[in-house]
Amino acid sequence: MNLPLLSLLVFTPWLGAGLLALLRDARPAAVRALALGFSLSTLVLGGAALARFDPAAPGFQLVERHPWIGALNIHYHLGLDGLSLLLVLLTGLIAPAGLLAAWRDARAPRLFGALFLVLQGSALGVFLALDFFHWFLFWELSLVPVFFLIKLWGGEAAGRAAYRFVIYTLGGSAFLLLGFAAVFAATGSLDFGQLAALAADGTLTARLAHLGGFWPQVVFVGVLLGVAVKVPLYPFHTWLPPAYAEAPTGVSMFLTGVMSKMGVYAFLRILWPIFPAPLHAAAPCLLVLALAGVVLGAFAAMRQTDLKRMVAYSSVNHVSYCLLALFAVSAASGPGGPAAGAASAALGGALLQLFNHGLSAAALFCCVGVLEARSGGRRDLDDFGGVRTAAPVFAGLCGIAMFSSLGLPGLNGFVGEFFIFRGVFGLVPWVAAVACLGLFATAFFLLTFWQRVFHGPRAGAALGDWPDLQGVEFAPLVPLATLMLVLGVLPQLLTGLFNPLVARWAAALVLP
Amino acid sequence: MNALPCTIYVSFTGALLALVAGSRSAALARAVALVTAVTALALTLVAASHFVPAPGLQTLVDRPWVDSLGVHYHLAVDGISLTLLVLTGIAATAGVLFSWNVQERTGEFFALFLALIGGVYGVFLSADAFVFFVFYEIAIVPKYFLVARWGSTNREYGAMKLVLYSFAGSALVLAGLLWAYVAGGGQSFALGDLAAAAVHFPRIEQLGMFALVFLGFAVLAGLFPFHTWAPTGHVAAPTAASMLLAGVVMKLGAYGCLRIALPLFPVGFAFWQPAIGWLAVAGIVYAGAIALVQDDFKFVIGYSSVSHMGFVLLGLAAANVRAVSGAVLQMFSHGIIAGLLFAVVGRMVYDRTHTRKLADLRTMALYRRLPFAAGSFVVAGLASMGLPGFSGFPAEFAILIGTWKTSPLWAAIAALGVLVAAAFTLRVIQVSFFGTAPAKPGAPELAPLPPITRAERAGALLLIATTVLIGLKPDLLLNWIIPSLQSPLFQTVLKGGTP
Repeated sequence: MNLPLLSLLVFTPWLGAGLLALLRDARPAAVRALALGFSLSTLVLGGAALARFDPAAPGFQLVERHPWIGALNIHYHLGLDGLSLLLVLLTGLIAPAGLLAAWRDARAPRLFGALFLVLQGSALGVFLALDFFHWFLFWELSLVPVFFLIKLWGGEAAGRAAYRFVIYTLGGSAFLLLGFAAVFAATGSLDFGQLAALAADGTLTARLAHLGGFWPQVVFVGVLLGVAVKVPLYPFHTWLPPAYAEAPTGVSMFLTGVMSKMGVYAFLRILWPIFPAPLHAAAPCLLVLALAGVVLGAFAAMRQTDLKRMVAYSSVNHVSYCLLALFAVSAASGPGGPAAGAASAALGGALLQLFNHGLSAAALFCCVGVLEARSGGRRDLDDFGGVRTAAPVFAGLCGIAMFSSLGLPGLNGFVGEFFIFRGVFGLVPWVAAVACLGLFATAFFLLTFWQRVFHGPRAGAALGDWPDLQGVEFAPLVPLATLMLVLGVLPQLLTGLFNPLVARWAAALVLP
Repeated sequence: MNALPCTIYVSFTGALLALVAGSRSAALARAVALVTAVTALALTLVAASHFVPAPGLQTLVDRPWVDSLGVHYHLAVDGISLTLLVLTGIAATAGVLFSWNVQERTGEFFALFLALIGGVYGVFLSADAFVFFVFYEIAIVPKYFLVARWGSTNREYGAMKLVLYSFAGSALVLAGLLWAYVAGGGQSFALGDLAAAAVHFPRIEQLGMFALVFLGFAVLAGLFPFHTWAPTGHVAAPTAASMLLAGVVMKLGAYGCLRIALPLFPVGFAFWQPAIGWLAVAGIVYAGAIALVQDDFKFVIGYSSVSHMGFVLLGLAAANVRAVSGAVLQMFSHGIIAGLLFAVVGRMVYDRTHTRKLADLRTMALYRRLPFAAGSFVVAGLASMGLPGFSGFPAEFAILIGTWKTSPLWAAIAALGVLVAAAFTLRVIQVSFFGTAPAKPGAPELAPLPPITRAERAGALLLIATTVLIGLKPDLLLNWIIPSLQSPLFQTVLKGGTP
């Protein structure tokens, strides 16, 4: 049987969105169930892809490649490797969890569900498309539903936050597009694989050099800007805290769980293979920026009293670890190459961190959402006290997410960060040393969160009738917490998917 | 193929019939207009299905007209003109659908509308500079009456400015063409003959002729800083006329630049090329920045048209096959998208709310009261921002690619323009339709607005389907356009025979 599995993965959520758009008179409950069903399709189809996936095989699998736009040499090109599969599975987990977290929002559930599914399909497209045109379509399209989801369902300042978020990202994209226009003008191809091959043998650099002057650098910086804003890399992160804080809970979960991964994915899929030499040259600078994200992100989180903003800044910190690992490897990948062991540890850690941060940050946003729902929208650090007494089960699940995020051994967050530190320490020791500051600050603010909100006598918004988790509120948190425990003990469930890929990356790091 | 000249005749006949029918009943005039527009569109589509892309113009009609001047009634088509003919057909059909509510002197309105369309078809089919110019003037005159009689805000001023600019442009074109005709021996107005003669002109004369002809046409294409007629004209015009002005008439100017100015005077072009490129990128960024601070919904769209036409001119200035094919695609794409934007703003929103002030629209929760209009505007806005999946993206991308080969700096500034376009479009989407949050259940119902009519729905869906189709499959047009640019006439000005 030859099903186009990856096309199905991408388009099933869109099909659901179209269906929701047509069902004008459906009851809210039916609308929600339908949206959830289509959202879960990713998990099912991702499972099918997992079953057929052979981690040891080189290159892309389940490839679909058809001519699309002849005049621009563009192909409809989807493919899967360990990195894509990891993120597809993550999307499959986070998207339904986000919809479940929004289950009780009574405002226009049909439009919400449709936009959410469009977003989910676009994210999957980003993780699976292998031709710039095809990829960029999804990359840009994902912004449209996010804009409306934040703007319409978000908090009081949501309009501004949504606008700023989309303009920052579109601004980055304009320069990304400019960069790829130059790449196409130089090579006549937009296929990531072909471009990586041209980059590996130096052809791309030579062809771009024809532009003369500083223009080859401009091309690189344009592409870098486009993906760095999305991650975000410090100092392009300023759109993130308001956007994450103003978005409704389910959307914040998707933003931090999946969308922030799109940026890191673009670094790994585009910037690193296609511009290895400029990235190597810029890596010392970028390393400092990623380090600033790690340290300053954590310190900024420490200063927040709005819990959602705190979790948002902690996302800046956590995602920056992935970039830290990547830049450390790139910085060390000169002639002779870096220590292969350290490089594959750092890269493997970065991929693990992508997945783990997705789980823990989404769960944390979900927990803050529960606090908000119980207290009529209050979510300040000082608004609560003694929630553990009132809602022990909720406190337990939230505690798992927090300690996972903090990097407690035995939970999933630890493994990824440990590998990253192990790798970076072997490559650029001082960076690893400074990054430890970020670890301490993270521990500090998460423990403050834990102590002020959950411990002590019941106080503030936690007074009065304060039921524990009920019904559908369990649905997003229980699977996420379970996975945090399981992956903390058995990280090889994930590392098995991408270890051969990481080993190949580490082996290919010797630059010409 | 040979049916194509009929688009002209059908349109003019339709104009007469609409005038006659209008004296009996408005409904009849509307029906005549719709049948005429659809027939012409069908003719272009049938011709397109038989079209075999090849370098050079394919002659349809060629017979002597004014013997003493050597004028031939010469109509011909290539991939570029075919693209714009299809655009004209679609824009005209949508324009009729969005004029369904014109009550005042309906017959005259549609007569002028169809006469304008007939002139536009004629321009795109002309292969003789004289015939070209005649049709060009025919297209300009009805514009004045449409704006001055059926327009809104400041209509006399808008109409007068529009026509003065147009006539000034025409005067320059005429002067340049006559100069070339006389200098070439006064034998023929055929484009090929003029080009052949122009090769022997002294350099200084070529510079002058090119400047006159190009500037004359570029005024109508909205070249910065001669664009100021466009926003005021668009705002003053009735909806259908704005759609045609931005959708088709501005293309006449750009088409004139491409079909006449560039191939006839390659030496002149080479001299003026840097100036054109700089004015084009200045227009892209400047008009975008102005659009960012407008308070009138229609002015935002008017300035955005200038910004988008800047991309067309940039593509021409870059002067290679890739960029020029992108420019032609952008002409098509902008024609469709601007038509949709003006339709939503002028017809769907203004006719119902009687305000275009963004500050007023903000509080009206229009996305709940006019969901179809909101959806159409979001699609049009996204397309206008150059989001992939819509026709603007392959066009602007091709222009950027081509511009890199000519001047990386222009490409970089144009990318800035893409960013500005995103900023003002997003702003206007957010303020105009989505100013307020969704209602909680049980919130009081808003006063209903007149529902979107079937004609409006049909018009919007036609335009949306076109922009998505071309966005996903730009090959449909590029496969016509690129071979046409490989004709010897274009190859003298364009670098890079293979894109």
